[in-house]
Amino acid sequence: MSKVIYKRPRYLKPNIFHYCPGCGHSIIHRLIAEVLEELDIGEKAICVPPAGCAVLAYNYIDVDMGEAPHGRAAAVATGIKRMLPDRVVFTYQGDGDIAAIGTAEIIHAANRGERITAIFVNNGVYGMTGGQMAPTTLPGQISTTTPSGRDLRRDGPPLDLSEMLAIARGSVYIERTAVNSPKNIRNTKRAVEKAFKVQLADLGFSLVEILSQCPTNWKMTPQDSLKHIDNVVTKFYPLKVIKDETGL
Amino acid sequence: MSEKVLMRGTHVIGEAAIRAGCRFYAGYPITPQNELTEYMAAQMARYPGRVFIQAESELSAINMVIGASMAGARAMTSSSSPGISLKQEGISYLAGQELPAVIVNTVRGGPGLGNIAPTQGDYFQATRGGGHGDYRTIVLAPYSGQELADLTVKAFEYADRYRNPVMILADGMMGQMMEPVVLPEPIDPVTLPKGDYILDGAKGRPSRLVKSLYLDPPVMEEHNWKLFRKYQQIAREITTWEDFMIEDAKLVIVAYGTCARIAKGAIRRLREMDLKVGMLRPITLYPFPSKPMKELTLKVKSFLVIELSTGQMLEDVRLAVEGRAKVHFYGRPGGVVPTPDEIAKHTNLIYHRQGLEGEDYE
Repeated sequence: MSKVIYKRPRYLKPNIFHYCPGCGHSIIHRLIAEVLEELDIGEKAICVPPAGCAVLAYNYIDVDMGEAPHGRAAAVATGIKRMLPDRVVFTYQGDGDIAAIGTAEIIHAANRGERITAIFVNNGVYGMTGGQMAPTTLPGQISTTTPSGRDLRRDGPPLDLSEMLAIARGSVYIERTAVNSPKNIRNTKRAVEKAFKVQLADLGFSLVEILSQCPTNWKMTPQDSLKHIDNVVTKFYPLKVIKDETGL
Repeated sequence: MSEKVLMRGTHVIGEAAIRAGCRFYAGYPITPQNELTEYMAAQMARYPGRVFIQAESELSAINMVIGASMAGARAMTSSSSPGISLKQEGISYLAGQELPAVIVNTVRGGPGLGNIAPTQGDYFQATRGGGHGDYRTIVLAPYSGQELADLTVKAFEYADRYRNPVMILADGMMGQMMEPVVLPEPIDPVTLPKGDYILDGAKGRPSRLVKSLYLDPPVMEEHNWKLFRKYQQIAREITTWEDFMIEDAKLVIVAYGTCARIAKGAIRRLREMDLKVGMLRPITLYPFPSKPMKELTLKVKSFLVIELSTGQMLEDVRLAVEGRAKVHFYGRPGGVVPTPDEIAKHTNLIYHRQGLEGEDYE
């Protein structure tokens, strides 16, 4: 007797990812698809993808999708969720999208306690546009707009968006995870599952910040980019539950 | 048939929207249209399943409307000029994604912060698209309380029919004016047909996608031409205007909204003086009534465009008459609203300078 132990999740389309080798997006897409299937919510899920590398998320995640202007995903998701309160509505946003141009939208969605889930993929750069400085670019990190490294006097320090959102009274669950090792990938899946459960239980706003590797714009090999998350990124952005008032 | 009620213009728009089945409204405070937002806050709460949100920004309000529209709801936002500038991003996306929505612009003085007095300085922004990209917004210009009600209902109908944003272009005068109005019969939103594009979860059907991203130029080109064909269809089907005392007119005033209302008073005065003056009043600013205007040039050789601006619709009138008639202009920007007397005086002057007072000279 043979037993299937690994297969394509139901809500992942059989398309070849356009992402660069070593990119974290494809892992995160798969985790979301797995959770949608395991919680049996794929048929009532609506995703709002971002502008950025994951703008083509609709080629991979097989649920209803409504594209938002850059940064506005939380507002678009608010409109959807308020009209369809029994559906599962989630945004998928990069760090430039959610932590720079979309800060107003996400802070107020969190503060209103919108029953939406935000998947915040933090790779510390604007990937799609070619590796410019993001609000999350680390001190000294080289990007195309910080050619000699992020200068704290000139550019300010990286923004702790998740910690800021934790202050908002309407948010109930915020956790920072990573997808650079099997252990961290499993933990990210657990966090994503929990975030959706928070929404299903009508508890409030939930967000999972996922530290993701961008070997292309970090100018690293995929292997080095995985180590870089452990050795450098998590020192600045520690993996932890930032807020949990769910009782789950 | 409902009976007549006396209502303020902003409230008429709100009540007509609710009766047209508007299920979602998001707004942000800005003068001179706060009464509309406040009306929606109070009234939407009376209906189960309808949502009012005071958004944190104009951007957020229009993007919430995008979301509600994706979810299949009749959705509306409103603002005044500076706020409408901020909403242009969202309006461009609505056009590109072919989503219905109604946007009310109670136009105030500009550019910049300007003032809060009635003007018509947003004509270009409204009729030329306003945001980025090759698109058009349907623009309706009410000139009375009754039209505020009727055109609000039409705005929702057109938005759904053409899957396109529709703008109601009013001003502070329209908004503050109290007039007797017959309100439309209420529609139960549940009875409205459900679009085959809406996002409500892929249960028992393939997943859907609402987007405006077309990376492949030939595909983007076809999308642009598809939108263009839609705008042509819109022009054929809904172009609306009013002819006023036009049969024997030698001079035809072209004005819309508040300006048209004042011009009517002026025309009545001029008619008492035996001046053959009429008016063509565009009700849809986009699509613009170019065809009737062009046809009018067969017998009318003098037009006078009157606007509360330095001359914006003026360009559309010139394009419509294609040099077949002389086009004069009288504009009062900045929130200065001329009286019927001033308009009559100015019209009289042009009428006589053109030698139109004599017997028919053809």
